[in-house]
Amino acid sequence: MIAANPATAGSGADTSGPWGRLEQALRDRRGAGRKCLVPYLTGGLGNDWLQTVSAVAAAGADAIEIGIPFSDPVMDGTVIQQANDRALAEGATPQSILAAVRGAAADIGVPTAVMTYVNIAHHMGYERFAASLADATVNGCILPDLPLEEVGEWSGCAAAAGVETVLLAAPTASDERLRSICARARGFVYGVGLMGITGVRSELAASATATAARLKAVTDRPVLVGVGVGTPAQAAEVCETADGAVVGSAIVTRMLDGGGPEGVAELVSEFRTAIDAAHG
Amino acid sequence: MTAASGDETGGSAAGYMGEPGADGRFGEFGGMFVPETLVPACQELDRAFRSAWGDPAFRGELDRLLHSYAGRPSPITECENLSQELGLRLLLKREDLNHTGSHKINNVLGQALLAQRMGKTSLVAETGAGQHGVATATAAALFGMDCVVYMGTVDIARQELNVFRMRLLGAEVRAAESGSRTLKDAVNEAMRHWVAVADTTHYCLGSVMGPHPYPWMVREFQRIIGAEARRQCAEILDGSVPDVVVAAVGGGSNAAGIFAGFADTSARLVGVEPAGGAAVGRAVPGIVHGSRSYLMQDEWGQVLEAQSISAGLDYPGVGPEHSHLAVTGRAVYEQVTDAEVIEAFSLLSRTEGIIPALECAHALAWVSRSRAELAGLTVLLNLSGRGDKDVDQMMGILG
Ligand SMILES: Cc1ncc(COP(=O)(O)O)c(C=O)c1O
Repeated sequence: MIAANPATAGSGADTSGPWGRLEQALRDRRGAGRKCLVPYLTGGLGNDWLQTVSAVAAAGADAIEIGIPFSDPVMDGTVIQQANDRALAEGATPQSILAAVRGAAADIGVPTAVMTYVNIAHHMGYERFAASLADATVNGCILPDLPLEEVGEWSGCAAAAGVETVLLAAPTASDERLRSICARARGFVYGVGLMGITGVRSELAASATATAARLKAVTDRPVLVGVGVGTPAQAAEVCETADGAVVGSAIVTRMLDGGGPEGVAELVSEFRTAIDAAHG
Repeated sequence: MTAASGDETGGSAAGYMGEPGADGRFGEFGGMFVPETLVPACQELDRAFRSAWGDPAFRGELDRLLHSYAGRPSPITECENLSQELGLRLLLKREDLNHTGSHKINNVLGQALLAQRMGKTSLVAETGAGQHGVATATAAALFGMDCVVYMGTVDIARQELNVFRMRLLGAEVRAAESGSRTLKDAVNEAMRHWVAVADTTHYCLGSVMGPHPYPWMVREFQRIIGAEARRQCAEILDGSVPDVVVAAVGGGSNAAGIFAGFADTSARLVGVEPAGGAAVGRAVPGIVHGSRSYLMQDEWGQVLEAQSISAGLDYPGVGPEHSHLAVTGRAVYEQVTDAEVIEAFSLLSRTEGIIPALECAHALAWVSRSRAELAGLTVLLNLSGRGDKDVDQMMGILG
């Protein structure tokens, strides 16, 4: 049977810093009594996606998740699936996206994390993929189909390259498992807001707040909640407990609708304003 | 049962096809590559399967169902006419004679019984050709469970009959419209569905793929094919085993089932993949749908769309244990073209009066092509399903 070994899973306990750039930025934000906003954008979606990344940074994002599209995004709902398909059809590759990010690093200004599925990293080879993220000045990496039991090999390569591996934590995980995840995670802990896939819901799930509270009780690391956080009001609500929110489908919808850099930045400002108004 | 045949459904062959390692691996393949949100469900299933598989009451109930409901044991047919034509001795393990028309029922009855034991009230499944979907819908009807089956829109179009059967059986068939709109996308949709409802719903996966414990569990539920065949062959062959055991490989469940009965013998094990869906043939490892195995992908790791005349083999991956069997050399994997499959489909119909499913026609296509090399040998072929579902499609091709 596969069982997490809390002893070894927690052996990378990192409670004293120094933190990576991503984690430091989020800790600084929290230290200043503010909440964190991390938007997700699909890389390679439309020919102005890179300008959108910079515009979103200027609109108040504390860090940005950049999706490298994958053919089989099993944790994503229809919006991000569609964005993946479209970006792939437009010829996006890990290389083209990372090269673009590298070229625009100065404009982006805030820390970045790549979000993709493990096969993209596995196919390139974990070491090479980690090195190519570092080379592109990407700070963090999120691989949602790499759970605690399987993350060791990748996170070793990532750490060696100076890349922070963000780990997901599910509402159904035991406290012991949450502790192991928090000990292993770098950058932030990604609390999954609900048992399901990415997508906007009409209301914030009770599990979003509950998971944030359980995570906060076991870790000092920044706790951000994503999946099912789709409106400025929901983001503000989850930030009552969490250190911040990750917003994906709502933003990608605006990208898919042709919102362009200004349209997407405007939406990000709305999230920023709502979060700051509630947690100034 | 002969002494050599071992336990009818369980037991493990020395060295091969036993329990996977502690991390759900067969050598370097397998594992549990799922989002954190699915980990508890996979772990719960692992515990439940272990407990059930060691429980004589569960095993007895499953054996009873396999016998009285599915019609097991399935016979072995010695093909007099075709053997003569090919110059070898051809034996067919007749999984086509099972209730619902394929080997899929073996796995589904096991999983449905397990789901019931776990207190689940619903089943969700993916299907390609529709055989696994039909089997799952059947078990759901029998057990009084709700059933949702995801099927790619491409497959819905080419397997209309099975779509109707599933609906008749009370299942809800949902179209998978993303990606290539075939089996791989139906798996994605089933996993997306499952994550939200895992507390009440069991994911009844149809082949030896997916995250641990599926590859192992499904193989154990299909082991009955090999265990029966081993005993039946011993009778037919005066206590010996066939020279060659051959089966078609999509995800690899019918092959794993029959291989499991012969892994510890001298029999050559041959898996046959469609040329347009040959994951083992291309031998590039990847990770999708929960496990590390050979996977058809492009230079960046994007999963490729398989191309096969057979909806049930139209899958770019393969169960992890097959990758392990290939790497270690215990089994070999061959490829056949659609044209060879069409010919084999007609050949068996014409010579033996058995219309095979297009999937297992792949295995026969390899035997037919390799007749010179196989001359004089005894070949056991897993006839995994009947061809009724394919006649409409073949009518269009053969006229
Ligand atoms: C009759 C038949 N044989 C074989 C297969 C392929 O599956 P597997 O490789 O798991 O046996 C299918 C799948 O639909 C099938 O219907």
